[in-house]
Amino acid sequence: MADLLALEGIRKSYNVGTPVETEVLHGINVTIHPREFVALMGPSGSGKSTLLNIIGLLDRPTSGRLSIHGEDTTQLSEAALTSLRGHTIGFVFQYHYLISAFTARENVMMPMLLDHGRPDDAMERRADELLDWVDLGKWRNNRALNMSGGQQQRVAIARALAMDPLLVLADEPTGNLDTASADAVFELMRRFNRERGTTFLIVTHNHALADRCNRIIQVVDGRITEDRINLLEGHSQ
Amino acid sequence: MKPWLTFAWIAALRFLAEGRMQSGFILSGIAIGVGVIVFMSAMLTSVQTNFTNRVLTSQPQIQLLAPQEVARPLRRHDGVIEAAIVQQPTQRILSIDQWQTILAAMRARPDVVIATPTVSGSALAVRGDASRSIGIFGMQPDDYFRIVRVPDYIVAGNSDLGSDDILVGLELAKDIGATIGDKINVTTAMGGSRTLTIKGIFDLGNKGANERNAYVALRTAQSLLGLLGGVTTIDLTVADVYAAETIAQDVQATLPVEADSWIKTNAQFFTAIRAQNLSSALIRIFVGLSVAFGIAAVLVVSVLQRSKDIGILRAMGCARGQILRIFLIQGGVLGFVGSLAGALVGAAALMVWHRYARQADGSELFPLYIQPSLFVSSAALATITGVIAGIVPALRAASLDPVDAIHG
Repeated sequence: MADLLALEGIRKSYNVGTPVETEVLHGINVTIHPREFVALMGPSGSGKSTLLNIIGLLDRPTSGRLSIHGEDTTQLSEAALTSLRGHTIGFVFQYHYLISAFTARENVMMPMLLDHGRPDDAMERRADELLDWVDLGKWRNNRALNMSGGQQQRVAIARALAMDPLLVLADEPTGNLDTASADAVFELMRRFNRERGTTFLIVTHNHALADRCNRIIQVVDGRITEDRINLLEGHSQ
Repeated sequence: MKPWLTFAWIAALRFLAEGRMQSGFILSGIAIGVGVIVFMSAMLTSVQTNFTNRVLTSQPQIQLLAPQEVARPLRRHDGVIEAAIVQQPTQRILSIDQWQTILAAMRARPDVVIATPTVSGSALAVRGDASRSIGIFGMQPDDYFRIVRVPDYIVAGNSDLGSDDILVGLELAKDIGATIGDKINVTTAMGGSRTLTIKGIFDLGNKGANERNAYVALRTAQSLLGLLGGVTTIDLTVADVYAAETIAQDVQATLPVEADSWIKTNAQFFTAIRAQNLSSALIRIFVGLSVAFGIAAVLVVSVLQRSKDIGILRAMGCARGQILRIFLIQGGVLGFVGSLAGALVGAAALMVWHRYARQADGSELFPLYIQPSLFVSSAALATITGVIAGIVPALRAASLDPVDAIHG
């Protein structure tokens, strides 16, 4: 299977060139394949979020190579990275981060609006379709702050999927939700992965949820200590 | 979302609408600032326009006079001055030498609109037991009344002057107890004396002028002042009233006359106007600065409050330029909307002032001249100020690192 994402020798240091230089990722090598549903686990401070930011093109590695579909991204300009990020990667964060000035539908339209510059009917239809899919069609005209945490996170998932990305990165997407909401949100992502084939990389501390992923990568102290196929869950392909 | 708006406009307007309390306070501040500027500018313009109109319709813009008589010092054959002290000669009423030629030259100039000869001097107006010192102006009404609009100021009678008629001011008429049709005796120091009929009474809006000025036909004044065939001044109006001094200097340099422009004779007024304009400009600058700092402060706070939104937008593929535009637009919109409100505040204040600030007799203090361009320029200036004020917060927002912004 062709690699969707390939990380080779990724290192990340902070305060480079100062006496307090700290390396948080010590040469990460990993490949992610299309249609995978990957759990990224590890204790706090292990470098999971830093790794996720680098994969999401929000941050650059200090050294190493990150390729998306074989194209090296480490030499791209910031504008090119921004465009590539907008077209290929969707984000879901722990604290939902919907933009409060906009309705649920407008939040879902946002990535398309950023790409096209002006709103149009096709964007609205796409946003409505996604909101229906996350079962929030009735709430499309509600402002983000008028929805529960679980609802907001479902809107955030719909927004992450708006541009039909190759990869969705979710940073503890259920970390701030009650068990029932967390389960619903996780199931939504899993269903979209199965039905549409979108690749998901999910940072989580929740072992029960990780066990429902088809691959589990464990990061400890900036190194991958375990990378296994979750046979119990069964490979989705 | 409106399909004709771009993302940056949509986001900017939504952010402003969401922070409506912040937006409301800063808009009020801008409105007050712009209102003060509009009110002050309109008042200043009105005072200046009113005064200028009054000056320009009650006196010529340039007067050409015979040169002052100068006593030449007594010199010896080798050029040394004999007497160190030279007494100033008395200034007789003299005619301008070859005034017809000069008048023709003035009328030929493209920058001169009207040129007309006048004769003026002092006289005594006598009626019964009452007598008053007056200045008589002899002129050709057809031309002169286009310069000094005496007919516009006539409050009784009319301005059709015959050779035995005179127009007098309101105060003079009161002082000598005369009215339309009454005869007064006018006598000059040169020995001239005529009995003239009051044809009209005028009110120039200036008590001194109403007491002293009297208008007669040119020939009447010539005969009274002993200047048959001569004139003491040539009065001019010019196409560009503010070029009067330049034209006067040009005429004085080329012809044997003294030329006084209305700018020179009203130098104090122009000094006052300059001082007013300077203080007005300073007030505008400081109000503009306070508006700019107010907008910048609100936007800096907005950037801090919205750092997570900015981070999310950047993660979704929003370019730095788009973030920059969001905040510049917010600055511009605050400036523009604030200035519209300010224009209304200023216009309302002007109307209230015009309604309640009255003369003792209930008439208006002076007419208000409100130019639409004042509102347009205020709005444009406030919008530009808003955009400029937005630059620093916008740069700060655009330079936010998405990772730092998202995680606060």
